[in-house]
Amino acid sequence: MNNPPDISQDPKEYEEYAHGVQKHVRGYLMVGALLLTFTAITVALSYVDFGTRKANIGIAMLVATLKAGAVAAVFMHLAAEKRLIYRILIFTGFFVLGLFWLTLLAWYDYPIFR
Amino acid sequence: MDASTSVETHHDPHAHAPEHEHHELGFWRKYIFSTDHKVIGIQYGLCGLAFLFFGFCLMMLMRWQLAYPGQALPVIGKWLPHIFGAGSMPDGKMTPDFYNSLGAMHGTIMIFAGVVPLAFAAFGNFVVPLQIGAPDMTFPKVNAASFWAFAVGGLIMLISFFVPGGAAKSGWTSYTPLAAVADTGPGHNPVFNGQTLWLIGFIFLITSSLLGAINFITTIIQLRAKGLTWMRLPFFVWAQFVTAFLLVLAFPPLEAAIIMQLMDRVAHTSFFLPTGLVVNGVPMSISGGGSPLLWQHLFWFLGHPEVYVLILPAFGIVAEVLANNSRKPLWGYKSLVFSVLVIGFLSFIVWAHHMWLTGMGSTVSAFFQTTTLLISIPSVIILSAFFISLWGGSIRFTVPMLFTTAFLPMFGIGGLTGIPLAFNSADLYLHDTYYVIAHFHYIVAPGTIFGLFAGVYYWFPKATGRKMNDFWGKVHFWPTLICMNVIFLPMFLQGMAGMHRRWYDGGQGWNVANEHTIWGLTGFQWNTPISWAAWIMGLAQIPFIINFFWSIRHGEKVNDNPWEATTLEWTAPSPPPHGNFLTPPVAYRGPYEYSLPGRERDFTMQNEPVEPAERARRKAPAELVPA
Amino acid sequence: MEIPYTVSTRPDTGLWNAKIGIWLFLASEVMLFGGLFSAYIFLRIDAAPGMWPHGLLNVPVGAGNTAILIISSVTVVLAWASLKMRRYRAYWWYMLVTISCGVIFLTVKLAYEWPQKFEHFGVYIKPGALGKYEKYLGNERRAEKGMEPRIEITGHLHSQTAKEYEVALDPVNADPDNPAMDRPHFLPLAVTDKIATIEKADVERATMFLPTHSAYFASYFTITGLHGLHVLGGVLVFIYMWLPVSKKLYQRNPEHLANRVEVSGLFWHFVDLIWIFVFPLFYLL
Repeated sequence: MNNPPDISQDPKEYEEYAHGVQKHVRGYLMVGALLLTFTAITVALSYVDFGTRKANIGIAMLVATLKAGAVAAVFMHLAAEKRLIYRILIFTGFFVLGLFWLTLLAWYDYPIFR
Repeated sequence: MDASTSVETHHDPHAHAPEHEHHELGFWRKYIFSTDHKVIGIQYGLCGLAFLFFGFCLMMLMRWQLAYPGQALPVIGKWLPHIFGAGSMPDGKMTPDFYNSLGAMHGTIMIFAGVVPLAFAAFGNFVVPLQIGAPDMTFPKVNAASFWAFAVGGLIMLISFFVPGGAAKSGWTSYTPLAAVADTGPGHNPVFNGQTLWLIGFIFLITSSLLGAINFITTIIQLRAKGLTWMRLPFFVWAQFVTAFLLVLAFPPLEAAIIMQLMDRVAHTSFFLPTGLVVNGVPMSISGGGSPLLWQHLFWFLGHPEVYVLILPAFGIVAEVLANNSRKPLWGYKSLVFSVLVIGFLSFIVWAHHMWLTGMGSTVSAFFQTTTLLISIPSVIILSAFFISLWGGSIRFTVPMLFTTAFLPMFGIGGLTGIPLAFNSADLYLHDTYYVIAHFHYIVAPGTIFGLFAGVYYWFPKATGRKMNDFWGKVHFWPTLICMNVIFLPMFLQGMAGMHRRWYDGGQGWNVANEHTIWGLTGFQWNTPISWAAWIMGLAQIPFIINFFWSIRHGEKVNDNPWEATTLEWTAPSPPPHGNFLTPPVAYRGPYEYSLPGRERDFTMQNEPVEPAERARRKAPAELVPA
Repeated sequence: MEIPYTVSTRPDTGLWNAKIGIWLFLASEVMLFGGLFSAYIFLRIDAAPGMWPHGLLNVPVGAGNTAILIISSVTVVLAWASLKMRRYRAYWWYMLVTISCGVIFLTVKLAYEWPQKFEHFGVYIKPGALGKYEKYLGNERRAEKGMEPRIEITGHLHSQTAKEYEVALDPVNADPDNPAMDRPHFLPLAVTDKIATIEKADVERATMFLPTHSAYFASYFTITGLHGLHVLGGVLVFIYMWLPVSKKLYQRNPEHLANRVEVSGLFWHFVDLIWIFVFPLFYLL
């Protein structure tokens, strides 16, 4: 969000600005409700047998990722954020996944090029 | 209106940053708890140098044991037990535990309390805001917090020598399960023991680095002066920028691991303790299920980027001093920038080359060998660019330049000797031998530390308004260079003969160190000349220490730009006042405009405007258009 | 010279300083919790059969705590929006709710969840003695069904002598062959008053549900502990921004306060984000 206009100098512009922020507020409430719903869904899904335990874990992590994505995109304003922040986060994501993935490969000698 | 000053909104005329106070600060706020980046830089610098000296002394003690194992250390040996406890050197003879403590703490202190604070925090804090034309760092209070976290962490590391059982003794790498069970049991305090204090101190050091790194990155992005585009930044700033990213992203997994090792020691968890662990013949009463390998992965995930943290600032310093003292622009600026970015990126995916012997499969091993070899390429590009930069220059062998030119071949040796270690096949033999010690010491000792010495001599006039004495600088330089090589060159051969690092007796009781001779001496016998070179090198630092402190008050007074350099820090007064610049600087040109054709002087500073006549004369006028 | 871009944005990046600072800090936090999560992954994969427990944590309470954090995430962003719209009273109330949610979360965790665990007792039976306690473990049936063996008897420590433990059993050990015990219940079942006598000679290891108990609890307490410290830190920062001193900053430079709240809010959302992963990994899976 940009800097708001000065209410004492431009009352009309300020009103428009405040109205714009108000629209975002609806979005926050909706995402909040969504997150609560998805929490209930996560709990419910954990009682469904998807075959292997790995499948259950996968599905739970998928739901968790969706929730986390909503928090990041809407609450943390990432959806409208500047490029620089994206770049920092993409590198971070790459390195943390590298930490998991490469350690896993080293641990178990997965023959990915069999 | 100048874009670099704050465009404060017009309904808050009284808002200003807290440090922009108009009244005089008291002694404590001005010199001790300062938020000024220059004071903090000097604080880091003095502490870093002190720790470097302390770590050096630890090594000199070790070298006695290696050259004369089991023999009483004369003179000093009598009063050391009074300092370090009776268990350290009874009758002046070193115990194995004390030797191990010296080894572990030498590594830890040199790296984390010596080189990183000096190379990154001290030089970075002092120089970077000046070089980018900023009044201070973006977060001055966080900056002060970062220094004090470092001071507390370093202090804890020092205190750990004086607790029952002595300092940490499980290597600077603190491999579990040894580290998790060491310093426990009778005669040890459950919390105030060497290893636990090492862990706690380390958390403070990591916190300090994280806070500092965040400051650096934000400052470099946001506070560059007008006209100072990314590709006009001095290479030193680029190097510090990448270093900061390495610290921000690589340190935290180690912090997580340290928290877990602390839990293992204090809460008796088994993060790193495998099932069925037996210590001193007794099965441990633990839950088990832990993994020593997990510690190694998390440790080296930091450990590898850490070595680039150690070298990149030195690259930066070398670049500045080299350009300045060859009176020509750096060759291959774009290649340098590209290379340092690639090094930063790749450094995160090579770490398992410290773990070749842990039994990883061939596929992932091939991956890490490939990335490790790849990362040598940008390093070679950087070194080559430095060498080529010398070609055709008017080289002035000032004291900073002596250290800088020595850096080049020394780092070359260090880097090239790393190549065999990149192959897990060769490393099967060389791992944990003196070869490895020689390799990394060549990079850090006559590598980074020479770069740091160059930086001290180079920027001393900016910080104090006086130069350090040239003659004593040379007296410092030559013996140090020669001794470095006498110390570390034979170590390659000792390592290839099969001598292991961390042998407390220096190889005296091992066949491999006594069977064959290398250039006339057995591996074990080489310890003696190496040790003497180390002690002589210790003596050679005395002129530096005296020169440093004496010159603060009595050094030759110089003007604001005694080296006739081009970068923005030399436009500020020496020493710079609070706020650095009397008017906000503007950059009109690149950082290394030495020996421009058609000009009177052989250097043109970055803030010198470009006249139309010059613009017409230059081959690439587009590069001069301010961003 | 003042430090520029503390409140206004720098034109070429479009950002003010603290925004970059906080995102860098959050990036480091991702790596920190990433290190802890990687420990979780490897300890769980490597756990011997029967050594990684399920259903030991209270799901409704955990889900409730999750909801509380989500609500606090909503209220903190509404607090920030109120500041941007220059509605201080609304900001103050939203901030109060946020702080309260944080305090509730910590209280539930530290005054209820953790102490509940500390009072619970678990006995690992030696491999050779598993047959002797079959009536509490039900491993014959589990082996038939291809399920992991049970190797632990849990409940409350009723009493102990030099040679034996008297344990008031959990339902899963009181009635092990009941198919309902094969998977965790949503509403946790109370400890029964059926007492089992276990000889210490048959015991591999006996502890309360402390970090030292197992790799599972070691990870659980460490991750939720560190997360809790972050919650506490966030709460303290919010309290500072809610006290009258913040009103002074609001009057001097409301945008500066809004930025500070935004930065703290980003930290808070990250804390919520971590919990979104912690909850299923430890409570449900």
